[in-house]
Amino acid sequence: MPGSYIPTNYLPVLIIFIIASCFGLVMLTIGNFLRLRRPYPEKLSPYESGMPPVGEPRYRFDVKFYVIAMLFVVFDVETVFLYPWAVAYDKIGLFAIVEMFLFISVLLVGYAYAWKREAFNWE
Amino acid sequence: MLNLIIILVKIAVVISIALLHVAYASYFERKVIGHMQVRMGPMEVGWHGLLQPIADGIKLLFKEDIIPANADRHVFMIAPMICFFGAMSSIVVVPFFGSFKIGAYTVGGSLADLNIGLLFILAMSSLGAYGVILSGWASNSKYAFLGSLRSSAQVISYEVAMGLSLIGVIMLSGSLNLSDIVEAQASAWPLGWYAVPQFPGFAIFCIAALAETNRTPFDLPEAESELVAGYFAEYSGFRFALFFMAEYMGMFIMAAVAVACFLGGWNPVPGLGWIFPPGVWWFLVKVYVLFFIYFWVRSTLPRYRYDQLMALGWKFMIPISLANIILTGLWKVVF
Repeated sequence: MPGSYIPTNYLPVLIIFIIASCFGLVMLTIGNFLRLRRPYPEKLSPYESGMPPVGEPRYRFDVKFYVIAMLFVVFDVETVFLYPWAVAYDKIGLFAIVEMFLFISVLLVGYAYAWKREAFNWE
Repeated sequence: MLNLIIILVKIAVVISIALLHVAYASYFERKVIGHMQVRMGPMEVGWHGLLQPIADGIKLLFKEDIIPANADRHVFMIAPMICFFGAMSSIVVVPFFGSFKIGAYTVGGSLADLNIGLLFILAMSSLGAYGVILSGWASNSKYAFLGSLRSSAQVISYEVAMGLSLIGVIMLSGSLNLSDIVEAQASAWPLGWYAVPQFPGFAIFCIAALAETNRTPFDLPEAESELVAGYFAEYSGFRFALFFMAEYMGMFIMAAVAVACFLGGWNPVPGLGWIFPPGVWWFLVKVYVLFFIYFWVRSTLPRYRYDQLMALGWKFMIPISLANIILTGLWKVVF
């Protein structure tokens, strides 16, 4: 019955999610009773090789990082689309390879454009 | 009810082994690198330093938990837990051995035999990138900020190549379930292990795994000679330990995926099957050989420059893995 489907396969996943999120919390709580706490201003200042910190720590950074992030979204979505295609490859036959040639070649146009606009160069 | 008890026992065993593994992988690393540099490595605590990881763990538990003055406190506190969560949860689909039957009950070789196993591992391992960028942002420190930016850019770049390199394996086995992938490789040598027909995929996966886990030669995020410790420069005590455990757990997951997808999983090395039957020992031996290679690479190779790293990822590995997919597709159509 579709309505009564309980994904029992995923029960260990749920348990391990709970354990993994609690582990750090529990260890830190135990540690709270064990460790010293003696803060003073120098100890709490950000580390800058022993010098007093200069300027704004969250300064402006290279726009290249945004470009990489956008390219990642495009390519990762493409990868995710390729996964079900790869699983069903044997069942689809010749149609699969033609379809994928089209898909990859559309993507390659964008890839070539990004390459030409030097999105992958860090100068 | 019985099912639940068995699941809980399995989880307890796997988690304790995983934590022990994290501790002793660091010991193994220090020993290997020590001997490669004609040193002894840890020798003081216990016989040949065998208790060193335990002492380190206790030390980190007792260390002060410093939160920098201007840090974003909540984000700062939660970031290492996100990293650890991502690394720890991936272990649920790692296939340790083939499933067998005891009476009516089938003991599965992994904690959860998911039919989306490989996708689950990729999803969980990319969760670590959130922990990295949040920790760098929240620390309010230049080193940490730069390290986290570099790290997240690096991880997402190599994740694309890694995802693409596994597609050839999925095409050959027709499944995302890691146990099925291992079963599909059980057949005859040399074409059994996917490392042979999928050699480009295997090579790209190994390089991407080094970059994903921030290991040398791709350890720019924490480049200790220029960025101190990168994104966890401001972390101390047990929060640092969580990052550390996440890194070693991530290495274990990557090695386990490489073993399951390319090196035949729990099946014996061809020709050596008479020593031991297939089982978890073969899986662990292969994982630890890969671990040795991680450390070997670390003590041999210098660090990449950042522009070289990005160029390698985007201009070299992605085209090759795309070509690998197309060639695999053509090969399957022809044969």
